[in-house]
Amino acid sequence: MTNSAASETKPEVVIELKQMNKWYGDFHVLKELNLTVTKGEKIVVCGPSGSGKSTMIRCINRLEEHQAGQIIVSGTELTEDLKAINEVRSHVGMCFQHFNLFPHLTVLQNCCLAPIWVKKIPQAEAEKIAMKFLERVKIPEQADKYPGQLSGGQQQRVAIARSLCMNPEIMLFDEPTSALDPEMVREVLDVMVELAEEGMTMICVTHEMGFAKQVADRVIFMDRGEIIEENVPTEFFDNPQSDRTKLFLSQILNH
Amino acid sequence: MTVHEFKPDLAPPTSARGVVGWLKYNLFNGPVNSIFTLLLIYLVIPPLLSAFQWIFIDADFIGDSRDACTSDGACWVFISSRFEQLIYGFYPSEERWRVNIVFVSFALIIAGLIWPKTPQKTKLAIFSLVIYPIIVFYLLIGDSFGLAKVDTHQWGGLMLTLTLAVVGIVAALPFGILLALGRRSDMPIIRSFSTIYIEFWRAVPLITVLFMASVMLPLFVGSEVDFDKLMRALIGIIMFQSAYMAEVIRGGLQAIPKGQYEAGEALGLNYWQSTGLIILPQALKITIPSIVNTFIALFKDTSLVLIIGLFDLLAIGQSALADPAWLGFSTEMYVFVAFVFWVFCFGMSRYSVYLENKLHTGH
Ligand SMILES: Nc1ncnc2c1ncn2[C@@H]1O[C@H](COP(=O)(O)OP(=O)(O)OP(=O)(O)O)[C@@H](O)[C@H]1O
Ligand SMILES: [Mg+2]
Repeated sequence: MTNSAASETKPEVVIELKQMNKWYGDFHVLKELNLTVTKGEKIVVCGPSGSGKSTMIRCINRLEEHQAGQIIVSGTELTEDLKAINEVRSHVGMCFQHFNLFPHLTVLQNCCLAPIWVKKIPQAEAEKIAMKFLERVKIPEQADKYPGQLSGGQQQRVAIARSLCMNPEIMLFDEPTSALDPEMVREVLDVMVELAEEGMTMICVTHEMGFAKQVADRVIFMDRGEIIEENVPTEFFDNPQSDRTKLFLSQILNH
Repeated sequence: MTVHEFKPDLAPPTSARGVVGWLKYNLFNGPVNSIFTLLLIYLVIPPLLSAFQWIFIDADFIGDSRDACTSDGACWVFISSRFEQLIYGFYPSEERWRVNIVFVSFALIIAGLIWPKTPQKTKLAIFSLVIYPIIVFYLLIGDSFGLAKVDTHQWGGLMLTLTLAVVGIVAALPFGILLALGRRSDMPIIRSFSTIYIEFWRAVPLITVLFMASVMLPLFVGSEVDFDKLMRALIGIIMFQSAYMAEVIRGGLQAIPKGQYEAGEALGLNYWQSTGLIILPQALKITIPSIVNTFIALFKDTSLVLIIGLFDLLAIGQSALADPAWLGFSTEMYVFVAFVFWVFCFGMSRYSVYLENKLHTGH
């Protein structure tokens, strides 16, 4: 999928983790992570519970702070500097396991809030943009409802639309389908596949292996705060290198 | 393979049970329910009837001295002869139209803010919070624009009670919000200041606060500043009330899931934007019952200003009891004062219920 562009010019690097370490108090949760993501790449991250997947992607938009090493997103290094943090966040959208929609605002208001207040876009225009993305996630007719009146799958699609309204270059997904009933998983994955096909750079923590096979350029396996294995999906699933990966795959595939 | 025929959507059935059906279903549904219903009727109805008789049927309404009190029931002539004082305190009679303007305009503003379809509500709210208080201040105090000066020590009765309560309520809410945010701040100085402030003011009784405000405030700010007594009481009440309000609001803030902050951050909203647009609207919404509860408590606590020599509604009522011409009519006075307090507090309570329902947006 990637080689056509790669052969001509060197692809643009949009996310770079260099020797990145993080501790929660004394607990060394991420150890010496190195990762390079180029523009348009889709990365799927998997691994057992507690391995640090969420923590890693939350470091990329500074919801968590790392203590050693470097994180560079779209050419900006994440430091204490608030300007740098805001710069990075303006390039990065994020979807959460539990959607985190704003329950006191309608779907449309959820989508317009950040464009109006962060990007200072006039309300009418922000609403137009929001409707465009709500159509893309196929729920324009729910625009005036409150999140509490929608199904889980619909809520997650609103959350995706809300992020897209900020026009991000990179989308982070933290187990976007694992809080959903099985029949709703598909509708969310469909939206994500479409997004991937449009060329969005994506890092996605998920255990939906079908999704990984369909869209991922690389699958990353993490355990105990380390990246154990990193490979293209076919190799990763058919020919895993480490014992830990084999064990993990046998556990989730026989599930 | 058969194709499933989906049934058409129907309107829900209407429940037409009628009055008798309702009574039977809700009050006399089974022996236990029936016994409780009868017991309550037995316990509640007779006292209500005799109260009704005392207040309305056997009561005297017309007259201008105690000679008019001829029947067994209440003698409301006492109240009507004192009515102006109960409302205006010692505000000079020829200037009372100024207070009336404030009463009417205040009622209109409240109505405008409550009524759901008022146009330009935000502008009305800003006007009533910023410009209106200034107008009221000059109107009531006078001493400019050709109005005679009326010192605050001449204020009293219901107008004083309302002044204390409204200023206390309106000022304590923003201070309370700031203190609650401060107590949850990451910055140690702000956090300790807020915590110490809240814990100090919450732990002293309001009477003490009022007493300190009246006696000690002049010591702090220097005696050359001639601080108005009403102003001192207001400062004391606001200090005290903001601490209470802060704790109520902090409870609401704590109930907001961490994910809401994170979603705001991930979208690039800064602290004040997240707080103002995402966190506070939700936190205030869930704390409406407790906020109104503190408002109601404050409304009634304003009567404590008696101890620093201000005459609120209750104090005016009590001073009227000492009038030798009206000895023995304290019940009427207390019932009347209680009724006025009840009307305002009940109004606030109903409004809070209405707001809760209006702001409900699904689970
Ligand atoms: N705020 C925190 N303070 C202390 N420890 C934390 C905190 N958040 C996470 N941890 C710990 O860090 C480790 C990694 O957590 P993380 O949430 O990144 O795991 P994960 O791989 O996303 O797991 P899951 O699949 O369950 O979501 C876990 O052991 C967790 O207990
Ligand atoms: Mg996780």
